[in-house]
Amino acid sequence: MDNFTPISATIGGIMIGLSAVWLMASAGRIAGISGILGGALKGTSGDKLWGWTFLTGLLLGPLAVALFRPDFLKAEFPVTGPLLILGGVCVGVGTQFGNGCTSGHGVCGNARLSMRSFIATITFMATGIATVFLVRHGAGL
Amino acid sequence: MKVAFSTFIAGLLFGAGLTLSQMVNPDKVISFLDVAGNWDPSLGFVMASALTVTFVGYKFVLKKPAPFFDTKFRLPTRKDIDLPLILGAALFGIGWGLAGLCPGPALSSLSFAGVNSFIFVAAMLVSILAVRTIRSK
Repeated sequence: MDNFTPISATIGGIMIGLSAVWLMASAGRIAGISGILGGALKGTSGDKLWGWTFLTGLLLGPLAVALFRPDFLKAEFPVTGPLLILGGVCVGVGTQFGNGCTSGHGVCGNARLSMRSFIATITFMATGIATVFLVRHGAGL
Repeated sequence: MKVAFSTFIAGLLFGAGLTLSQMVNPDKVISFLDVAGNWDPSLGFVMASALTVTFVGYKFVLKKPAPFFDTKFRLPTRKDIDLPLILGAALFGIGWGLAGLCPGPALSSLSFAGVNSFIFVAAMLVSILAVRTIRSK
């Protein structure tokens, strides 16, 4: 547990929550990134402009933090190449069939006490933990 | 136009929150999922605090007749637990555990994390488009 950062994690989580509440209060939309992305790429025209501006903000978010704390712009990739591509495919296909990801199900859906989101969250947490276990501690992998 | 600007602000806040909580760092995410290794529970704090704020905020917001800049709240209505939900969530978890990225942090990381971020997002976007194209036929 030498990398435990509860304070920045909690502040970041509060910001994510405030964003989800603001998106619902102002635009009446669920802050589910995979759904917003799917709608922006291939949805009805009403899904498009608000989705693209949200995604633009999402992309610029790290740069806003970097104005004050450039040390937070850190991303180390445990896998590269084919495994990284495989990861992207699983996330893309999985979120479209499962109708959501960590944000849509994990935050917004669970906040609405949706049983679908609860089941989805338990499922992706379980397979995520199992995958890391196999890759890091599994024999010969 | 007001809607588009308000969702831009929401996106900016979301991306900043992902950055501050280090969800944009795949290594940090993997350390959270690695319960049998050198476990880092930080991301549990991210999810718990985000969920708490959203739960309380939605209670107030959804009492109103409509959002500020649109005519109605658009909420998912489905309640059925079906196979695509479970298999889709399972597959998403596998990808999350493999690469350490979920869709939001993946997109945010494009602005600073270099070529690996682009590779992951390209694979994810192509897959989303493929699924949506096949399903709309």
